[in-house]
Amino acid sequence: MTAKIKLIGVKKRFGSKVVLDGVDLAIEPHTSLVIIGGSGTGKSVTIKSILGIITPDEGQVLIDGEDVTHLKGADRDPLMKKFGMLFQGGALFDSLPVWENVAFGLIQGRGMARGRARDIAIAKLAKVGLGEDVAFLSPSELSGGMQKRVGLARAIAADPEIIFFDEPTTGLDPIMADVINNLIASTVKDVGATALSITHDMASARKISDHIAMLYGGKIIWQGPTDQIDNSGNEFVDQFIHGRAEGPIKMAVKA
Amino acid sequence: MNPFAAIGRAVLSLLAEIGRLALFTGRSLKALASPPFYLRLTLQQFVRIGYLSVPVVGLTALSTGAVLALQIYLGGNRYGAEAIVPQIVVLGITRELGPVIAGLMVAGRVAAAIAAEIGTMRVTEQIDALTTLSTNPVKYLVVPRLVAAVISMPILTAAGDSIGVFGGYLVATQNLGFTGSVYLKNTVDFATSADINSGLIKAAVFGFIVALMGCYNGFNSRGGAQGVGAATTNAVVSSCILILATDFVLTALLFHTA
Ligand SMILES: Nc1ncnc2c1ncn2[C@@H]1O[C@H](COP(=O)(O)OP(=O)(O)OP(=O)(O)O)[C@@H](O)[C@H]1O
Ligand SMILES: [Mg+2]
Repeated sequence: MTAKIKLIGVKKRFGSKVVLDGVDLAIEPHTSLVIIGGSGTGKSVTIKSILGIITPDEGQVLIDGEDVTHLKGADRDPLMKKFGMLFQGGALFDSLPVWENVAFGLIQGRGMARGRARDIAIAKLAKVGLGEDVAFLSPSELSGGMQKRVGLARAIAADPEIIFFDEPTTGLDPIMADVINNLIASTVKDVGATALSITHDMASARKISDHIAMLYGGKIIWQGPTDQIDNSGNEFVDQFIHGRAEGPIKMAVKA
Repeated sequence: MNPFAAIGRAVLSLLAEIGRLALFTGRSLKALASPPFYLRLTLQQFVRIGYLSVPVVGLTALSTGAVLALQIYLGGNRYGAEAIVPQIVVLGITRELGPVIAGLMVAGRVAAAIAAEIGTMRVTEQIDALTTLSTNPVKYLVVPRLVAAVISMPILTAAGDSIGVFGGYLVATQNLGFTGSVYLKNTVDFATSADINSGLIKAAVFGFIVALMGCYNGFNSRGGAQGVGAATTNAVVSSCILILATDFVLTALLFHTA
């Protein structure tokens, strides 16, 4: 079976700073993979490279077996329709009300009538625990956690084949975080989407993923089934999942 | 520090900037020519760029016309040529001051607003979000602003021209002893449609410059609030400079004098 998403030797640097140094990763269709790794290791850059927001310096990105690394402009349109993305910072359109944010891909991307798109948007908002009253507010009137959930509703609004969640539960209370975990798990199980998520929240990672990959030093240093994470035999992974300050990963802080 | 290296670096970065601007212009024009067209957004931009600029453009045109009449009267007085006020006012306003002053005012209002809005969208990843929602950001953001600015500016300038001539008329009849009917007759007899059209063509070009520089600087803003602030300043300064530079070129081209 061809992998839904495949990265081969992806490298990216900004100026002299090497962020990705040959990332290899494969995600099977209808599975959910979580990338873990320290802050600033390039997790978001990895997702943006797959989306084409950032073009890798070297290496290839394959979607459904097709090399899309350098696909640009109109050639990229059909590909983008497969994707849904929750940005780490929300990236909601502050000039549009909440419902239009959620319905944006349906109206602009797919040409759906506004009325119908609004009904779908309100249904998706309900799935992330937001009522109809929120739909007509502006994003700036929402709390951080509410904005995150609107971003999530926008990412899944068009029922994409591949969904990227950049820290879906950061900033949510533990109960709402669990609701969102269930939602992500069910979009993969019931809808058959393929998901690639980033999270620092190990409870969430265990709940939403089939596989976990750890990014460190610009490479994937460990990848395996979620139930193997406690027996990875990798001291970097162990240090990370147990959140220990001591270990092979050194944080650049001055005492 | 090697001075040649410093000059070389400055020249190279200027050339790179010009290249980037040319590429951006090309992308924008290409986006302009193919669907989808965002009618609703374009109308919204007409209101913001055109309609809401009417007060500033009107006020500056009024005072420009008034002060022009006064200066020509005082200058013409030295040769006993003060009767030429209506002719010079209408010529100066329609050919030159109407479009340039409207252009500079709109640059201050609109280029700044566009750069700040698009710059904020850039640094908060809203522009990246557009691409993930199958929407071309150039079509969605740049084209409506370009179209609205290119069409609004000649209309604004036509209104400004009339208000400017009226400003001259007010001063001439109230303070300088001109008879209203004579002033208007001299104005109308003297001005040709070429005078007026040349000004309106300039205005359209200035509208293009303002929207383009606002969008370009917004799209290329980096960093947070500071980056957006720098983009806003650059948008205003660069559109003002480009307006004055192209004004000279356009004048030479339109009147075949160079
Ligand atoms: N557009 C950019 N220009 C320059 N540097 C960038 C850019 N995007 C990311 N970087 C750099 O790349 C590195 C990785 O960033 P990235 O956002 O991928 O981190 P991350 O793993 O997602 O971290 P976090 O968990 O904190 O979100 C950072 O050091 C960042 O400074
Ligand atoms: Mg990140």
